[in-house]
Amino acid sequence: MALVMEKHKMPEQDPKVRARNFQEVALGYDEDTAVAEAERCLNCKVPKCRQGCPVQVNIPAFIGKIKERDFDAAIDIIKESNSLPAVCGRVCPQENQCEKHCIMGIKGEPVGIGRLERFVADYQLAKNEEIKPIQFAEDAQKVAVIGAGPSGLSCAGDLAKMGYKVTIFEALHVAGGVLSYGIPEFRLPKDKIVRREVENLQKLGVTIEVNAIAGRLFTVDELMGEMGFDAVYVGTGAGLPHFMHIPGENLNGVYSSNEFLTRCNLMKAYDFPNHLTPIAIGKNVAVVGGGNVAMDAARTSLRLGAENVYIVYRRSEAELPARAEEVHHAKEEGIQFKLLNNPVEILGDENGWVKGLKCIKMELGEPDASGRRRPVAIEGSEFELDVDTVIMAIGNGPNPIVASTTPGMETNKRGNIIADEETCATTKEGVFAGGDIVTGAATVILAMGAGKKAAAAIDAYLKSKK
Amino acid sequence: MFKILKKQELSPGIFHYDIEAPRVAKKAQAGQFIVLRVDEDGERIPLTIADFDREAGTITLIFQVVGASTKMLAAKNEGDSIVDFAGPLGQPSEIHENMGTIVCIGGGIGVAPVYPIARAMHEAGNKVISIMGAKTKDILIFEDKMRAISDEVLIATDDGSYGVKGFVTTALQQLVDRGEKIDQVTAIGPGVMMRSVVEATRPLGIKTIVSLNPVMVDGTGMCGGCRVQVGDEMKFACVDGPEFDGHLVDFDSLMSRSRMFRPQEAQAKDHVCNIGLGR
Ligand SMILES: Cc1cc2nc3c(=O)[nH]c(=O)nc-3n(C[C@H](O)[C@H](O)[C@H](O)COP(=O)(O)OP(=O)(O)OC[C@H]3O[C@@H](n4cnc5c(N)ncnc54)[C@H](O)[C@@H]3O)c2cc1C
Ligand SMILES: Cc1cc2nc3c(=O)[nH]c(=O)nc-3n(C[C@H](O)[C@H](O)[C@H](O)COP(=O)(O)OP(=O)(O)OC[C@H]3O[C@@H](n4cnc5c(N)ncnc54)[C@H](O)[C@@H]3O)c2cc1C
Ligand code: SF4
Ligand code: SF4
Ligand code: FES
Repeated sequence: MALVMEKHKMPEQDPKVRARNFQEVALGYDEDTAVAEAERCLNCKVPKCRQGCPVQVNIPAFIGKIKERDFDAAIDIIKESNSLPAVCGRVCPQENQCEKHCIMGIKGEPVGIGRLERFVADYQLAKNEEIKPIQFAEDAQKVAVIGAGPSGLSCAGDLAKMGYKVTIFEALHVAGGVLSYGIPEFRLPKDKIVRREVENLQKLGVTIEVNAIAGRLFTVDELMGEMGFDAVYVGTGAGLPHFMHIPGENLNGVYSSNEFLTRCNLMKAYDFPNHLTPIAIGKNVAVVGGGNVAMDAARTSLRLGAENVYIVYRRSEAELPARAEEVHHAKEEGIQFKLLNNPVEILGDENGWVKGLKCIKMELGEPDASGRRRPVAIEGSEFELDVDTVIMAIGNGPNPIVASTTPGMETNKRGNIIADEETCATTKEGVFAGGDIVTGAATVILAMGAGKKAAAAIDAYLKSKK
Repeated sequence: MFKILKKQELSPGIFHYDIEAPRVAKKAQAGQFIVLRVDEDGERIPLTIADFDREAGTITLIFQVVGASTKMLAAKNEGDSIVDFAGPLGQPSEIHENMGTIVCIGGGIGVAPVYPIARAMHEAGNKVISIMGAKTKDILIFEDKMRAISDEVLIATDDGSYGVKGFVTTALQQLVDRGEKIDQVTAIGPGVMMRSVVEATRPLGIKTIVSLNPVMVDGTGMCGGCRVQVGDEMKFACVDGPEFDGHLVDFDSLMSRSRMFRPQEAQAKDHVCNIGLGR
């Protein structure tokens, strides 16, 4: 059989149409396309793809099952190592992970592993199978999970399946972490996917308490003391927005990407005033940054009705940290890339609103510590970009609330919790941590993987104590 | 769900609610606030913890109806519930013994949040002089409560219908003029009021604490929407505050930022009026 060198195309909404709505951009493979794409996999003896996946999903095995149209078996294989395949299939940076190493990628395009993963996950969700609640033993030990992001959710799911009674404490009024407040509806549907995954976990028997801010409502010590938990997992993410500290950042019309995306995704400001949280968007929007977050903010701005949306990034296209697919989608939708530019000041009008963004042109110099060529300002090259909204998407740091109220649990100088790479154990006995709060802002799959590792380590720890 | 155990209209458009939230009540301290949502499509709005009863497990809120969310909240009755209630948030007020003479100033609805601070100051053995300001006598709230925990209470009304005619700063000036030795001023109220207090105390070198009320979303330090300029630092009012050294606060930017969503707020208010508050 002749090899098909190209991936089967992902059916997508037309760029012109989708740039003005919040429905999902990528529509997903149908069965025949999925099977045809699966046929492209060579079932390699030494599957390189697997080494590229942070949780080593058994890729050839699940793809093999798709070839046989045994989708139930395929999803079971994925779920052995990945508890959120409908999410990861959509948002994993596959081109840097599993698909980067796929043998088919040498001469042609790699197998669409992410798309296949999404296909079987959606297939299973659509079946709406009944979930049997776990029967916990009377004397089952109790574990508290702080934060209902991908890391906390996967840790909780695994522990519940091992028979532990788990309660997740979430600060916001909705579970999901970044999956709920950050990643937009048009990339990751909330009701169809995120809420379903959360509800399935609850049906399994995991308790989720929202509006529960650890460090304020209770401390970690109280959880393990009077509240009777035997171990704690901290998965509080990297939710503290950075600003550039340039003049004008307090003007009206300036948002952090977190505020902008939270208003839109979590609070559903795109459906204002049916949902009561407002959002103010101008005609011309500058988004500062080049990662997934920046692409999300830019594409959200378009959908809210902005006319011109710019990505302002200080390095060049090659260094954009966003997923290739998202950059591609953004361009298709009409986002304008202002690369090798760095903002130096946000300009305001007499009413305190943004009226422009002053930037300086950059060029790439010598490689820095990260191996990327360092951007250097070109003297005298300042210019003004005519914008009325500026969104800062330059990264997030760790929120200090839990660490600062947990004596004995150490953090590094950036404020990230120090935890063992293999066991996620912190310096405080019985307390484990993982995901973005440990690694700094990373990816869904890494956060999820840490949750799984921690669940295994917590199991070992609690058994040793019994 | 969080149940409204008591509802009382203190003066037109100003309400007292006791909300059942035992865990929040257990941890609440003077100076902190909560964030609530009235219903599933509601906005997250911050309100100060005006009082708490650890035994009864309740939090007292005093709020003024200004727009859509507070209107919807005011439409609830005793026995009804609201969907979300998160807290206690923010840093507690710094209160200890031997702080000396503290002047606690509350303007309008600001009297409610200043009350638990004044009470804690009093309980710690400090001398508390309270100044309460209102447009007119009829809308003055919390007078009895404030009198019960203050060594002295001064009242200022814009129209002179009660106490001195003028602003809280007029009353403050009286204290200064009579030679009262003031160790700290704590002022809570509208931005303009806090700014005039700060400008009055600045030349006198009196330490002045203000409690800021920028627009907030999460209240946990995640969105940065509540950022304020304090000296040469950018602070997040929900986690670093809400109290700050008033002499360092950039009130112009604070007040300008609180107008960011004006057109939308008006639209939201019309919307809830049109479709009915029960939704
Ligand atoms: C806009 C955006 C787009 C992204 N796009 C992608 C992508 O395409 N692909 C990808 O792989 N990754 C992406 N990421 C990164 C990815 O979402 C994160 O790495 C991942 O969500 C981290 O998971 P986590 O569980 O560690 O933390 P989070 O998802 O941040 O969840 C932490 C949870 O803990 C809660 N919490 C915090 N403090 C407390 C407390 N004191 N008490 C109780 N609860 C608390 C928070 O409210 C939150 O719900 C994106 C991130 C953003 C912001
Ligand atoms: C820490 C803190 C404590 C507060 N304590 C009290 C209190 O004890 N009693 C009280 O009556 N009010 C208090 N407020 C103000 C209260 O939050 C607002 O009045 C309320 O959010 C208005 O909502 P609305 O929809 O009714 O009105 P809107 O029409 O939406 O807004 C009216 C005005 O309220 C402010 N506001 C609007 N949305 C928000 C928001 N999400 N967060 C903060 N401010 C907003 C803006 O300045 C706006 O111009 C406090 C605010 C903060 C930040
Ligand atoms: S989890 Fe992510 S990296 Fe692993 S196989 Fe799936 S899509 Fe690829
Ligand atoms: S490397 Fe590619 S072709 Fe080989 S098993 Fe993995 S997905 Fe299939
Ligand atoms: S309200 Fe979001 S950071 Fe303060």
